[in-house]
Amino acid sequence: MYSIPVNPQYVESIIESERPDGLMLGFGGQTALNCGVKLDEIGVLKKYGVKVLGTQIKGIQATEDRQLFKDSMIECHVPVLKSKTVYNFEEAKKVAQDLGYPVIIRVAYTLGGKGGGVAHNEIELHEIVSRGLNASLVGQVLIEEYIGNWKQIEYEVMADYHGNNVIICNMENVLSMRVHTGDNIVVAPSQTLDNHEYQMLRSAALRAAKHVGIVGECNIQFGLDPNSDRYVAIEMNPRLSRSSALASKATGYPIAYMAAKINMGYTLPELVNHITKTTTACFEPSLDYIVCKHPRWDFTKFELANRNLGPTMKSVGEVMGVGRCFEESFQKAIRMLEIGNDGLVANRMPDEKYDIEEIENKLQNPDDKILYHIAAAIKQEISVERIYKLSAVDPWFIEKIKNIVDIEKQLKTPLDLKVLRKAKEIGFSDKQIGRLVGKDDLEIRKIRKEYGIIPVVKRIDTLSAEWPAKTNYLYLTYGGTENDFEIDSKPRKIAVLGAGPYRIGSSVEFDWGTVNMVWGLKANGVDEVSVINCNPETVSTDYDICDRLYFEELTLERILDISDFEKPDGIVTAVGGQTANNLTPKLAKNGIKIIGTSHDDIDRAENRSTFSKVLDDLHIMQPPWQAFSSLPDAKKFAIKVGYPVLVRPSYVLSGAAMKVVWSEEQLKKYLDEATNVSPDYPVVITKFMLNSNEAEVDGVSDGKNVVIGAVVEHIEGAGVHSGDSMMCIPPWSLSTKVTETILDYTKKIATAFNIKGPFNLQFLINQDRVYVIELNIRASRSMPFVSKFVKTNLISLAAQAVLGKTLPSIPPDRWRKTHNFGIKVPQFSFMQLEGADVVLGVEMQSTGEAACFGESFYDALSKGLISVGYSLPKEGTVLITAGGSENKEKLLQTAALLKNLGYKILATEHTAEFLSDKRIGNVEVVYKISEPERKPNIADLLYQRKINFIINVPSTSTLEKYVGMLYDEYQIRRKAVELGIPVLITTELADSFAKTLEWLRSNETTKKSLEPYEII
Amino acid sequence: MLRVSEIPIKKAKHANKFGKLVLEDGTVFDGTGFGYSTTVFGEAVFNTGMAGYVEALTDPSYSGQILTLTYPLVGNYGVPDISVKDEDGIKQNSESDRIQARGLVVHELSLTASHWSLQMTLDEWLHNEKVPGISGIDTRALTTKLRTKGVMMAALAVSDKEIDENELKKSLASAKKYNDEEFMNVVSTKQPEVYGKEQESIVVVDTGVKNAILRNIRKLGYKVIRVPWNYSIEKILSYNPRGVVLSNGPGDPIKCGDTMKTAKALIDKNIPTLGICLGAQILGLAGGAETYKLKYGHRGQNKSCIDLDTNQVYVTSQNHGYCIDPESLKKTDFKLWFTNADDKTVEGIRHKEKKIIAVQFHPEASPGPFDCMFVFEELKKLIGEENAKK
Repeated sequence: MYSIPVNPQYVESIIESERPDGLMLGFGGQTALNCGVKLDEIGVLKKYGVKVLGTQIKGIQATEDRQLFKDSMIECHVPVLKSKTVYNFEEAKKVAQDLGYPVIIRVAYTLGGKGGGVAHNEIELHEIVSRGLNASLVGQVLIEEYIGNWKQIEYEVMADYHGNNVIICNMENVLSMRVHTGDNIVVAPSQTLDNHEYQMLRSAALRAAKHVGIVGECNIQFGLDPNSDRYVAIEMNPRLSRSSALASKATGYPIAYMAAKINMGYTLPELVNHITKTTTACFEPSLDYIVCKHPRWDFTKFELANRNLGPTMKSVGEVMGVGRCFEESFQKAIRMLEIGNDGLVANRMPDEKYDIEEIENKLQNPDDKILYHIAAAIKQEISVERIYKLSAVDPWFIEKIKNIVDIEKQLKTPLDLKVLRKAKEIGFSDKQIGRLVGKDDLEIRKIRKEYGIIPVVKRIDTLSAEWPAKTNYLYLTYGGTENDFEIDSKPRKIAVLGAGPYRIGSSVEFDWGTVNMVWGLKANGVDEVSVINCNPETVSTDYDICDRLYFEELTLERILDISDFEKPDGIVTAVGGQTANNLTPKLAKNGIKIIGTSHDDIDRAENRSTFSKVLDDLHIMQPPWQAFSSLPDAKKFAIKVGYPVLVRPSYVLSGAAMKVVWSEEQLKKYLDEATNVSPDYPVVITKFMLNSNEAEVDGVSDGKNVVIGAVVEHIEGAGVHSGDSMMCIPPWSLSTKVTETILDYTKKIATAFNIKGPFNLQFLINQDRVYVIELNIRASRSMPFVSKFVKTNLISLAAQAVLGKTLPSIPPDRWRKTHNFGIKVPQFSFMQLEGADVVLGVEMQSTGEAACFGESFYDALSKGLISVGYSLPKEGTVLITAGGSENKEKLLQTAALLKNLGYKILATEHTAEFLSDKRIGNVEVVYKISEPERKPNIADLLYQRKINFIINVPSTSTLEKYVGMLYDEYQIRRKAVELGIPVLITTELADSFAKTLEWLRSNETTKKSLEPYEII
Repeated sequence: MLRVSEIPIKKAKHANKFGKLVLEDGTVFDGTGFGYSTTVFGEAVFNTGMAGYVEALTDPSYSGQILTLTYPLVGNYGVPDISVKDEDGIKQNSESDRIQARGLVVHELSLTASHWSLQMTLDEWLHNEKVPGISGIDTRALTTKLRTKGVMMAALAVSDKEIDENELKKSLASAKKYNDEEFMNVVSTKQPEVYGKEQESIVVVDTGVKNAILRNIRKLGYKVIRVPWNYSIEKILSYNPRGVVLSNGPGDPIKCGDTMKTAKALIDKNIPTLGICLGAQILGLAGGAETYKLKYGHRGQNKSCIDLDTNQVYVTSQNHGYCIDPESLKKTDFKLWFTNADDKTVEGIRHKEKKIIAVQFHPEASPGPFDCMFVFEELKKLIGEENAKK
């Protein structure tokens, strides 16, 4: 296992040293596929005699290159859309005129539909085509007739080397072709297709896969006319994808596992169905339930992002609801999203009111609330026919939404049992029902249990109960009268809560924690471990990692339902991120035993007052803070400590609703918003300490012994969210004394809170003084990174700790003895979010990360930067623009270094003047985007690719962002992001970047494999 | 700016009735009745296909059976115009002239249907055809029961009034058993029927033939002559056909004695012949093999069959309760052609010398996958060899 960038240069070096016989390209998404094609093109595969396993390069090209794809489809009698590939705008204009507007622009060789769009006129065409040509690795885009109102249907194909092929699953997109499938609400199997249409597309999918030579798995997407059986193939992915992960979870067919076996030469009939263990894997799953995938968007984190849905994917994660009817699956999915909604209707926040015109407009232009808008339209008595005409959502789905709205109307006091039963069948939660009849959710729970209205447990078994299942892949439903099986009461059972959907601030790191906790518990003698989670993209929702997998909501109601059925000895909430953590007090209150740190101790840490009290008793400092719920008090406090202040409600996730506030007016505005976010908890104001460093410790404690994972230091200063900051082990700037203090505090705090399990402690260092800012008594985002760095699986230790075992004693400086560097770099997806700014703040915005290791700081950093997509130019031009004299001052050394290294420096007027004053010669003045008549202009230079990277540090980034961002700076950053040019937005990042460039002049990065965990 | 044309949408008219399903073992399922108000008795079976209820319900092989669909959402796309015929006069949207299943059991009936081809809703169709349906059933629990205990007799009652459970149980006990019923005179054509005008013809012996079989033979380029199940070999040969197809159909093959006689003669005379489903079982019996009843049958669209000649696996559509005993095949002149990948049952046989082939699955699909259309081409090949000799 190598933790290095997936690009041709690095992969070649591994091929050179490892000399593998075969290479699989279909398992690493578009990144791996592109890399493989490139390796073939530059002759690496031939040079080292490496065979591509599975779909061959020719087949990959036949699906990836638009024109080749079209030709292949026509050859195998699969219709395609009229379209033409173009290489410049003039050609695009002509094609669009021939086809007639609107047209859709698709970009060859990019990720997730990046850079495409629908153009209704020439102006839009120009913008999208220019952006697309730049984003495409091969500089080509496709102009195509637009069929946004057609049904969007997908098929997942498995095929082996011997001509056997099957369809694992078909899926229907609720929001038609208008919306990218990644942003669509998707059901499996298809609901509105008759046998003829289903089979027609199925045969076309198999024909297409066979023709291009798919071996392994592929996904094919069709557009189907809702008014006839005309169809077209839209695209094919010759690899495992988000859709295939969904199809695996939707059916119980382990697509990736089977594809890997097939790649190695097994035939489909040789492989066995993993659920029945007796029947063949060469079959087509039959479902006796319906799944509903719902994307998770995080638009609220990006102030300027456009929420409309279209051909570009914007979601950051997804959930899958399983039920016996659409309404149930769909309302479950909404709850699984954890966006504060309990279903489609009857939510905490009253429905927004729209007039007819507004609502009709919203139906035509879908955004993340489209199905809520359909519900609103139904309430306004707009007809199903009319809603269909506006939204292109099939009437069948609209009717189902109408069922939900109808039952909402019928739910009133006195509560009719029949209505209650029906409401549960169509997915209403106790909270929704309670809200409508004026009771709380636990009262509703009591009432319905008295009347025997409880969900049943059913298996997902790939064969609709035709064969007995040997596995326990489960969901709960009100659409049935019998459990599939009953639980044996004898074994010792523990349930582990997963982390729900991937979102900004909660990603695969918690999945890693969940899986390792399950394994750890099993290794430590727990008889049966079950997992509750709902994210189809995870390993923790593979039914074979635990004894029973509940693909279910992480809500109090559902966990209590599962507990009633399962009767576990306890539940672990420490590895599912903030999602699971937030459930701890509620579960404890309802008599569920929390395995690990007691809920009282967790509560003491979460409650700002008690937490503070403990710190005071331990003589540990923290930035001045106060909890309050009234504005006058808040104002007084802010004036006392001085702006800026950090404002946040209790129990926050990844900076959601956390904000740096610079003025009284902002404070007032924010308070209104914050109280909407979480009314149950007070809001806390902390003094925001400028010019500080941040560090954190990941560790595990058994209540007495504390195992330190490592001290991790942030590279950006405090104020950038810890999830968006680059991190380094060992600390790069902290003094030994500071580090010692941190270790001392950690031990004191961990024991003071009787922590039994994983924890993460965050510090702020200001003028060599250490302040504690936050304690999380749970697995943290950085735990896998730290574990891999120190070669100690912290979660395995945590599993021992939560079970009450004594931890082995490990020297607190063990992490220092590994003589290398580890750096974690965030991955951003600003490109996908039209309008989003790249400036970082206390709200986390990154959607992923890369961790790289090396023998020196710059060795690790080079690899980290490349991994997340920065190019590290050996020569070229840098644009420097900095706001405020302080930033300019800070950048001076960096500029000087770049100059020395021979980079050409461009700067805007003030910055250039400053640099010249400081004797950095030959700085060329360039002009702002907002002054296009003044040349040389930044916009032109960007488009002409005459700028290789940009250092753009806004005057105090947070101040500018929140008080009123300078349009011009935003334009620079936005254009640069769209053109794929690195933008360095903090002085620390700019400095590190420049030093990395310098380091690379005389050094080469190391390519060592990751070492296994050490047995302790 | 966005042009979306209308789709027909229709609402259920004959739903929300009283409904009760009682099994031979005494299990009672309460549900909501739809379709026609009546009580029927039949063998309870389940099908795991996820679409294609129009095709399934009109498949004559479901005669005498109460069909449970394991897919929980049924009726979504309604029912197309069943009366439409193709240029040959074969119905385009159904597998026979009427609903053949005795009753329909589903988890949820879609109370609104929409589709461009929609003519009526499923409940309306059932009502028109005097067939009862029941929804709100835990079809997974029912399926599990049938899987573990085997298929059994059931009573399905749909009524506008409360249904008396004990009454229903009593009538079920005295109802005629599926195994004792005679289906051939019900499902087979009374008179020969001809489709197409080509010179060369294929005779289809109708033991309950699906229209898709007729359509697929037409696609081979032959005139189709559909004859009653008990037509003698002489009468069949009087048409001078190039080949013969023994069709699918309901019930125990042993009850099709007349067709078996025909089958024996076809083997003796080496007439190119394709047997499908029941037709395959009849050919097997005629060749000296034995048949038996499966515990819960094979009904679905996802059944994998291995072609033993090529080792290829095909996903097939199936609907059968009986099958050929593989052991008994050894003493005949048939060899195994296809075998079921899951339970190793006989899915196809090929005569060692004669131009006789048969498949247990449904190459004509409808409903189900089209992957085995090549079986019809196999018949054409056999005919080609025969022609070459002449």
